[in-house]
Amino acid sequence: MIGPQELAFMGKGLLWTLALTAMGFAGGILFGFLVALARVSPIRWLSALARAWIAVFQGTPLLMQLFVVYFGLPLLGLNPPAWVAVAAALTAHASAFLGEIWRGAIQSVPKGQSEAAHALGLRYRARMMDVVVPQALRLSLPATIGFLVQLIKGTSLAAIVGFIELARAGQIVSNQTFKPLLVFGLVGLMYFMLCWPLSLWGKAMERRLAIGQTR
Amino acid sequence: MAVNLDFGVVLERWPELARGTLATIGLAIAGMVLAMVIGVAGVAVLRSRSRVGRIVVRAFVELIRNTPFLVQIFFIFFALPLAGIRLSPTVTAILALGLNGGAYAIEIIRGGVEAIPPGQTEAGLALGLQPGDVFRRIILKPALRSVYPSLVSQFVMLTLTTSIATSISAYELTSVAQRIDGDTFRTFEVYFTITLIYLAVSWLMMTLFAALSRRVFAYPTR
Repeated sequence: MIGPQELAFMGKGLLWTLALTAMGFAGGILFGFLVALARVSPIRWLSALARAWIAVFQGTPLLMQLFVVYFGLPLLGLNPPAWVAVAAALTAHASAFLGEIWRGAIQSVPKGQSEAAHALGLRYRARMMDVVVPQALRLSLPATIGFLVQLIKGTSLAAIVGFIELARAGQIVSNQTFKPLLVFGLVGLMYFMLCWPLSLWGKAMERRLAIGQTR
Repeated sequence: MAVNLDFGVVLERWPELARGTLATIGLAIAGMVLAMVIGVAGVAVLRSRSRVGRIVVRAFVELIRNTPFLVQIFFIFFALPLAGIRLSPTVTAILALGLNGGAYAIEIIRGGVEAIPPGQTEAGLALGLQPGDVFRRIILKPALRSVYPSLVSQFVMLTLTTSIATSISAYELTSVAQRIDGDTFRTFEVYFTITLIYLAVSWLMMTLFAALSRRVFAYPTR
């Protein structure tokens, strides 16, 4: 059977999963915002750069992104602890996905809003920050929560580079106890308890927004 | 700071990389076919009168969508032998990809089917078509057409997910890369190279799906 020691070990893994998710999401919010603004910017090279950034991260496996950052940072003379490398990769990944989600939201704010702000004499910065972005954020909330669920699940791939988060902790305990079904069932249950409430919340919000839009 | 890169020793192994790429594409296509079958069957059950069936399908969708693929593939890999079923890592990977992709396909196709006006079904039945034909021709095909873009991006995602099959030692591009890395110690170069290959494969998939949609959905809608 798995005892309190194994459970404590998996609990520690769970905390790392939460920490990695929090770091990736916080970094993703910060840089994703910049990516979204660059993507809708009238400056052409800036929007092309943002488009390329999004295309690369959406067109390659998260596992490869982890590998390239994890093994690439030492080549640049940087030797951060493993969690920093994983968090950096997750941040870059999240920035591309959140950037694209928010780009869609920014562009789905009716054009008249921006035009009205323009007519009132607001400059680009004020037009974006005070008129378009606040409305876009509301529209993008369900998709953002959906991505948070993806990110929680995505942190499990850190297990493949050897980082001990929940999935890797489960793998280790499974190898020690020869109870793969029990252990992976438990690990799956823990992820489910994290993700399911978020999924339900996102869905409920989506329904509310859909009602709001038909008026 | 001198960055010392050597792509030569990696590119020398191109025949292995090419075989790995083909294996990845094969895994992805097999997974997609299974996912499509599960997706359509799941939606058919959701529309059926079987209450138990509907609950099972809904539970399956929620369970798959809220747990990581890595944990799913491990679970399947260890569960099946206990049930006396021995499958190769490749077949296990296809099964895992199909089940995972299937759950998302059910969600996507259900959305499309719900958007078809009920009058369409009634009109089909009034014309004397069998219920099965009504579902296939009048509901499913237009629904698939309208959710096609979401299905495509889901399937491109599935293609990228095949890389995780390396965790159960299935043969595909990432496992080939791990072997080359073990031989050459050119870790960064190997993974950088196959990242570019994955980018090309996902671009290829999108191009093929766009071409396919022009053939399959080439009929007027209004």
